[in-house]
Amino acid sequence: MDILKPAVAGTLESCDAAVTVEPRPAGSLPLLELVVESSEGRFAAKVGVAARAALAELGVTRAKVTVRDRSALDCTIRARVLAACLRGAEPACGAEPVAKAAAPWEALK
Amino acid sequence: MIATLRRTMLFAPGNNPALIKDPQIYGPDSIIFDLEDSVSPAEKDAARLLVFCAMKSLDYGRIEKAVRVNGMDTPWIRDDVEAMVRAGADLIRLPKAECARDLVALEAMVEAAEVACGRPVGEVRLMAALEGPLAVLNAYEIATSTRRLVGIALSAEDFVTSMKTSRSADGVELFEARGRIVLAARAAGVMAIDTVFTDLSDEEGLLREARLIKQMGFDGKSVINPAQIPIVNGVFEPTADEVRKARRVVAAAAEAEARGVGVISLDGKMIDKPIVERAARVLDLARASGAKVGEEER
Repeated sequence: MDILKPAVAGTLESCDAAVTVEPRPAGSLPLLELVVESSEGRFAAKVGVAARAALAELGVTRAKVTVRDRSALDCTIRARVLAACLRGAEPACGAEPVAKAAAPWEALK
Repeated sequence: MIATLRRTMLFAPGNNPALIKDPQIYGPDSIIFDLEDSVSPAEKDAARLLVFCAMKSLDYGRIEKAVRVNGMDTPWIRDDVEAMVRAGADLIRLPKAECARDLVALEAMVEAAEVACGRPVGEVRLMAALEGPLAVLNAYEIATSTRRLVGIALSAEDFVTSMKTSRSADGVELFEARGRIVLAARAAGVMAIDTVFTDLSDEEGLLREARLIKQMGFDGKSVINPAQIPIVNGVFEPTADEVRKARRVVAAAAEAEARGVGVISLDGKMIDKPIVERAARVLDLARASGAKVGEEER
């Protein structure tokens, strides 16, 4: 899945996470940049694992992804990453029309 | 799980992770993940994904997992149904049901989702929330619309607005709607669930309303805060005397059946079928309240 525009999902409320996705310009490295800011620093690595798993589910391999975690459960990290990516995969206003990015329910376990 | 009791159905806003992660600890009979009124149009996608991921990975124990989807006339209903059936929802609650056709159309969507994800057809149950005067007038038609339907619920806020009135302490504006709904539910053999009580600071008012709807014949009430659960469950909890009498009635019925006797008698009085059914329900409610009602207590 290609990230076509910046998008956000989630909040900075307790138990939630605010996830931002941004397109990566062609040729920039690394292709996938993941930044995790966690209110509980010791869980940052775990948040990163959950976020990467969600990105893999959608086949997102080129994007900058920022996760601001507020003690969210793994399922919340997953949901917010999925939502941000699906929003970011929609075409920007005025862009070439493509199919709206619907959640691929059959592929989500 | 499929609930046999729905004394309390606790609403949880679908886009709030803090409120959907552990509602089971408060002991409602059902949790209703809400994708409708508590979620703004811009957040429908995020709420749907959040509830999907939560249901897929969290253990809600024996509590029934219900979802209030968006209405049949919205652009979100198809995605809601597909996602929630795949996520493992036990029950779909349809808001603003107006007629049997709405439930038949919803059932077709649910069945398609069940087939697509390999769930047994018919596993997901339906409940209809009646929110307007036409819906209340159509209560029996709705209650008998599909075999999946296990209950009809009153949604009073929209109802009183449609009726050009407002909610009051004694609920006089709801008597007709409550009466019709409980009558239709009983005639159809499904549950009747009462509306929410929105004043969280008025515990006396909630208690009064819960007693009223229990006496009218309702099976339970929708609640919006965990603090309301013990109050409403407490109203539906049978007294020790009621449990004792019910145990004796059920035991007498079992004994009569074992002896092949058609007429049940207890203390010299004939016990007919409705009394046995009421006694069985008292014992169900007592069990749900944590009471032991087995043989060892007789």
